[in-house]
Amino acid sequence: MATTLTNKPSAAPSAPTPPKVHGPRPLFDPPIVRRAVRDAFFKLNPLVMAKNPVMFVVWVGSAVTTIIFAQDIVKHAGGWETAFSGQIALWLWFTVLFAGFAEAIAEGRGKAQADELRKTRSTTMARRIVKNGKEEAVAAAMLRKGDICVCEVGDIIPGDGTVIEGIASVDESAITGESAPVIREAGGDRSAVTGGTKVISDMIKIEITSNPGETFIDRMIGLVEGAARQKTPNEIALNILIAGLTIIFMLATITLLPFAIYSVQQAGSGAPPSIPILVSLLVCLIPTTIGGLLSAIGIAGMDRVMQYNVLAMSGKAVEAAGDVDVLLLDKTGTITLGNRQATEFIPLPGVGIADLADAAQLSSIADETPEGRSIVVLAKDKYGLRGRHFNDGEVEFIPFTAQTRMSGADIGHSRIRKGAVQAVADYLTQSGSTVPKELFEIADGISNQGGTPLAVAVDGKALGVIFLKDIIKGGMRERFAHMRAMGIKTVMITGDNPLTAAAIAQEAGVDDYLAQAKPEDKMALIKKEQAQGRLVAMTGDGTNDAPALAQADVGVAMNSGTQAAKEAGNMVDLDSNPTKLIEIVEIGKQLLMTRGALTTFSIANDVAKYFAIIPAMFSMLYIMSGHAHGPLWALNVMKLHSPYSAVLAAVIFNALVIIALIPVALKGVAYRPMGAAQVLRRNLMVWGVGGILAPFPFIWLLDQIVVLLHCAPAH
Amino acid sequence: MTLIGWLQIVVFFGLLLALTKPMGIFMHRVFEGEPTFLTPVMRPIEKLIYRLCGVREDDDMPWTRYTVAMLFFSIVTLLLTYAILRWQAYLPLNPMRLGSDKAPGWGTAMTPDLAFNTAASFTTNTNWQAYSGENTMSYFSQMVALASHNFFSAAAGIAIAIAFVRGLARKSATGVGNFWVDLTRATLYVLLPLCIVIALVYVQQGMPQNFHAYHTAQTVEGSAQIIPGGPVASQEAIKMLGTNGGGIFNANSSHPFENPTPLTNFIQMLTIFLIGGGIVYTFGIAVGNVRQGWAIFAAMSALFLLGVAVCYWQEAKGNPIINAVATGGNMEGKEARFGIASSTLFATITTDASCGAVNSMHDSYTPLGGLVPMANILTGEVIFGGVGAGLYGMLMYAILAVFIAGLMVGRTPEYLGKKVEAFEVKMAMLACLILVADVLGFTALSCVTHVPHPATYWNTVSGTPPSVNALASANTNNSGPHGFSEILYTFDSATGNNGSAFAGISVNTPYWNLTIGIAMLIGRFLMIIPLLAIAGSMAKKKRVPVSSGTFPTDNALFAGLLVGVVIIVGALSYFPAVALGPVVEHFLMLGGKTF
Repeated sequence: MATTLTNKPSAAPSAPTPPKVHGPRPLFDPPIVRRAVRDAFFKLNPLVMAKNPVMFVVWVGSAVTTIIFAQDIVKHAGGWETAFSGQIALWLWFTVLFAGFAEAIAEGRGKAQADELRKTRSTTMARRIVKNGKEEAVAAAMLRKGDICVCEVGDIIPGDGTVIEGIASVDESAITGESAPVIREAGGDRSAVTGGTKVISDMIKIEITSNPGETFIDRMIGLVEGAARQKTPNEIALNILIAGLTIIFMLATITLLPFAIYSVQQAGSGAPPSIPILVSLLVCLIPTTIGGLLSAIGIAGMDRVMQYNVLAMSGKAVEAAGDVDVLLLDKTGTITLGNRQATEFIPLPGVGIADLADAAQLSSIADETPEGRSIVVLAKDKYGLRGRHFNDGEVEFIPFTAQTRMSGADIGHSRIRKGAVQAVADYLTQSGSTVPKELFEIADGISNQGGTPLAVAVDGKALGVIFLKDIIKGGMRERFAHMRAMGIKTVMITGDNPLTAAAIAQEAGVDDYLAQAKPEDKMALIKKEQAQGRLVAMTGDGTNDAPALAQADVGVAMNSGTQAAKEAGNMVDLDSNPTKLIEIVEIGKQLLMTRGALTTFSIANDVAKYFAIIPAMFSMLYIMSGHAHGPLWALNVMKLHSPYSAVLAAVIFNALVIIALIPVALKGVAYRPMGAAQVLRRNLMVWGVGGILAPFPFIWLLDQIVVLLHCAPAH
Repeated sequence: MTLIGWLQIVVFFGLLLALTKPMGIFMHRVFEGEPTFLTPVMRPIEKLIYRLCGVREDDDMPWTRYTVAMLFFSIVTLLLTYAILRWQAYLPLNPMRLGSDKAPGWGTAMTPDLAFNTAASFTTNTNWQAYSGENTMSYFSQMVALASHNFFSAAAGIAIAIAFVRGLARKSATGVGNFWVDLTRATLYVLLPLCIVIALVYVQQGMPQNFHAYHTAQTVEGSAQIIPGGPVASQEAIKMLGTNGGGIFNANSSHPFENPTPLTNFIQMLTIFLIGGGIVYTFGIAVGNVRQGWAIFAAMSALFLLGVAVCYWQEAKGNPIINAVATGGNMEGKEARFGIASSTLFATITTDASCGAVNSMHDSYTPLGGLVPMANILTGEVIFGGVGAGLYGMLMYAILAVFIAGLMVGRTPEYLGKKVEAFEVKMAMLACLILVADVLGFTALSCVTHVPHPATYWNTVSGTPPSVNALASANTNNSGPHGFSEILYTFDSATGNNGSAFAGISVNTPYWNLTIGIAMLIGRFLMIIPLLAIAGSMAKKKRVPVSSGTFPTDNALFAGLLVGVVIIVGALSYFPAVALGPVVEHFLMLGGKTF
C-alpha cells in the first residue's frame, strides 16, 4: 500500500476572537418585560418586601398614605389636600413597583434561559449496563452515581459523567451554544461529559458522577434563575449602609414633627406638616434609587458573566473577580496560541538551507503534533517542498518517545532524526560523531529569543536547527497594559526554562512569569500572593490544576476540563477560552462600580429634594403680614409653583429615577480600563456632582407638568 | 472685614501648620515608647506608676479589653467626681464655704442633678457648665474633681485615637495597645509638660494663680464688687490644650482673669488645635505614609477655613436692622478687646475642636454666624476636633467615604490597605446613628415635653416654679427660631462633647441637667465603642499592597471627597432642624424681625 502524504494546513496564527456574547437578547425583550411587569406586582407582597429594608419603608409609607387618602374620601374631604394625598399614595406605590420591576427584569433573562435548559433535561432514556454486561433502558432521572451507561451516535448523554471507554464527538451546544462538536475520550483531561449533550459520532461508555438534581444542568438552571442567589459580602455591607441611612432619615423626619409643633406654636402661623408630606420627605430622602436597584445590579452582573458563556457558581465569585490583584495565566492556550510553530531553519556552517529543510520535512512527515505539522508547512511555504510519495517498506517512521526524546524516519539507508538539542547531541556522540559547537550556539540564541530549538541530524551528521516559536495571541499586549492600568499584576505560568519564559513574558508584556512550573509551584505562588493580602485569579483544566483552582480566589475551570477541575473552580467557562478571565475581571469591577455610582447618585440627589420639600413643608411658618409665603419659601430655589406641586414633583422624580436608571443597573456603568485615581475622578464628577445637580432641572420640569395637568395648584 | 482681621486668621493657621509636624513626630515617639527629650525625667515616674498600679507595659489588649479598661476608668472617675462635688463643703480649699450652709447668699447649691451633670460633663471631656464656677465650686473641686478630669478625659481621648490608628496601621494583629500605658504616656509626656510651660506664660501675662478668698472692692461708682481668685492659670492651660473648655469663671475666656491679653487669647486658640493637628501627622507616620496624614489635615483645614470665613463674613456684615443706625458689624456679646475677627476665629476653633471655651457669646451671633459653630459641632467635631476624638471621628468619615465612593473604582473598598467590609460599615453607621439620634431625639423631646409633676422639683427656674405641667422649652430665654436654636445647640453641644453653650436656656434644673448629662454620656461612650470595634476588626485584617488599582487616599481628590462627605452627611441629617432654627431666623432678620 502506498502512503500519500500531503501537507495538511495547520491553523494559521490568528488574533484571539473576542469572546462572543451569547444570545444577544435585547435589554428590554418584550416577553421578558411582560413577565417582569407581572412579577413586579407579585413582589408587592410585604413578606417579599421585608427583605429589602429601604423598599419596605416605602411600602409602609404607601400603605399609610393610602389609608389617609381613603379616610379623606370617606369623610368627603375633597380639595387639594385629598387630591394630593391620593396622588402621593399612587406615586409611592409606583416607586415600590418600579423597584420590583427592576429586579424582575434583571431576573427575566435568567428565567428565560432556564426554561430553555429545562427542555433539554426532560425525557432522556439511558442505556445502563448491569452486572452481567447486559444493557437495560432506564429513565435518565433514575441514574445514580457510579452507574455505567453506553451512548452511541444520536444519543443524549443521560447525566454528568466521565468517559471510561472510547472516544466520541459530542455536540454541547445545549449548554455552550457552540455548535462545533468537541471530542470526548477516556483518560486525560477531556474525559468529562455533561448530561443533556448529544453524541454525534462513535460510541462511549460513561460512568455517571452525579445524582439527579445535582447535575451540571440542574445547577446551571438554579444559577441562571437566581434561585441559588445569595447576597454577596459587598452587597451585604452596602445593604447595611443604606439601611443605616434609612434609619437616620427616619429620625430626621420623625423628629421634624416635634420641631414643627414647637415652631408653629412659637410662630403662631403655619401648621405642622401633614403625614403624607412627612412620608413624602422620608421616601425622597432614603436611598430608594440604590435600594430599588441593588439586587438588580447583582443579578445583572451574574447575567453579564453568563452572556460571556461563563457560569459563575456564586455572585461572590463575580464580585471577587473585581478585586483580583494577580492573574495567573497559563502560557499555552492563554497567552500564546496552543502550539509552537516552526518559523525558521538555521543550518550549521557548510550546510545548505535546502538540505536542512528537506531533512526537517522528512523527519516530520509522520509527526502529527502541531509542531511537526508546522515544520512541514514551513518547508512547503518557504522552500516549495511538496508532499512525497513513498513505496511500501521504503520508509519507517520513528515515533517520539520519552526515552529518546527524538523522532524521525528511516528512508532507505538514511536515518533522519530531529529532537531536543541535547538529545540529538547525545545520539550523535553515541554513534561516534562529533557535535559541532555551533549547534549549541545557535540553540542558545533561539532560547534567548523565547524560542525552542530542535536539532536535525541525518546519518550521524548534524545539519542545523529548527526554530520553534511561541506565537503570542494578537492584542494580548494591549490587554495586559489595561490590566496594569487597573492595578492588576499578570503572571505567566509556563513549563519552559527561565530564559525562554523571560523572552516570551517580555514579548507578551506580562508583569512576571513562573518558569519550569510544576502544579505545586502554582499552588505555592497563589498562597504566597494571598499571604500578602492579594486576591488571585487563575484558569485551569486538568485534574492537577484542581487544588490550585480551589485555592485561588477566582478559579475559572474550562468546560473541556476534567470533572475535578470543574468542581474545584468557582466559575466554569463553557467555551473553554482561558483569555476570558480578563473579561470576567472587568465585569466584576463594573459590578462594584455600578453599585458605588448609584449609591453616590442616590445620596447626592437628596440635596435637591430638600430644596423642594422643606420650603413646601414650612411655606406658611413665621409668615409676615402682606406676604404670600413664609420666609422659608426663599429656599425654593427652583421656583416651584406651590407646596403641593413641589412635593409631588419631588416624589415623582424619586420614582421615575428608578426606571430611568434600570438600563444602567443592568448594563453597568460605562467602563474604561484606567487607574483608580482617574476612574474615581470621572465617576465622582458624573455620579457625585451630577447627582447633586441633575435633579434640579428635572424636578422643575415635573413641577411645570404637574401644574399644567392640574394635578396640583399653581399657587 | 478688615485686613488685620484676615491677617490674624492667616497667622494663626500658619503657626498651626508649622507646629503640626514637630508635634506629630513627638507624639509618635511617645506612643511607640521611643526615647524623647523628656524620657530622663518622666520615665522613672512612668515606671513607678505602672508598678504601683500593677500594669504590665507589654500587655497588648484586644479592642474589647481596651474598651472595658476605658469604660472602667471613666466610670470610677465619674463617681469620684460626683462624690467630691457633693461633699465639697467638707473638703479643704474652700475659703468661701461654697456648698455649705455658711456659703454667701450668691452661692449656688450643688444639687445631685447638678453634680451628676457636672461629673458626666467633665468625664466626657464636654465641660458643659450648668453652673457659674465662681459661685458654685470650691478650689478643691476645681482642681481635684474638674482639672484632673481635664487631664484624664483628654488623655483618654488621645489614647483612643492612638488605639484606632494602631488598628489601621497593624496587620493581622489582635491587640490595639494598652489603655493604661497610653493614658499614662499621654498625660506624662504630652499634656503635663506643655501645661506647665503654658501656665507659666499665663501667670506672666497676668492670670491669677492663688487660693485667696474673694475680695470685695469698692468701685468708683460706689458699689461693691466681688473679685474672685483661684488657680486660674493652671486650669486655663489644660482647659485649652485638652479641648476641655470648662472655665473657672462663668464668663469663661471672655473674663479678663481667664484671658487677660491678646497674647493669651492667641495662645489659647493655638493650644486648642495643637494636639488635634499634631495627632493627624502622628497618624500619617504610624500608617507609614505621611501623605495620608496630610490628606486628612487638608480636609480639616479646608472645613476650618470655610467655617471661619463664613462666620467672620456674617458677623462683620452684622444685622441689617442695626446697621441702619450703627456701623461696625455685630458686636453684641463680643469683647471689645478681641473684636470681630478674633471672636469669630475663637468661636470657630472652639467648636471645630470639642473645646467649648468661649470668648464671646455665641447666642448673640447673627443667625448664619451662629450657624457656623452649631454646624461645626453637628458634623461631629472632626475639624481637628477634641484631642484624639477629632481624628477618630474624621477617620470614621474617611471609612464611610471610602466605602461609598471607593466602590466606584471597581474594587471592594479599602482604606490604608484594609478592606472595608460589612462589620466596619455596620459600626460606622451605628456611631453616626447614635449621634444623630442623640442630638435630634433630645431636641425633639425638649421641644414638646411637658415637665412632669411635681414641676417645682423638675424645672424650677431661679426659684420660681413654672406653672404646673409647663413645657420644658419654657426655660429658653428667647422665642421663635432663636429659642429653637438654643435647644438644638444645647444637645448638639452635649452630644458632640463640646460644652460651649448658645446660652439662653436656664439649664440648672433637674430636667435639663439629667437630659443633657445623659446626652453627653451617649455622645461620648456609645460613639467610642463602635469605633474601637472598628479598630479591633481592622487590626486583624491583612494589608493589601497598594497598586494603581487602589483607591488613592493620600491626595487632594480624597481630601476633597472627605470634605464633601462631611458636609453632605451633616447637611442631610440636620437640614430640616437647621432650617427651623438659624435659616428661618436669617430670612426673618432680612425681613426686619429679630428674636
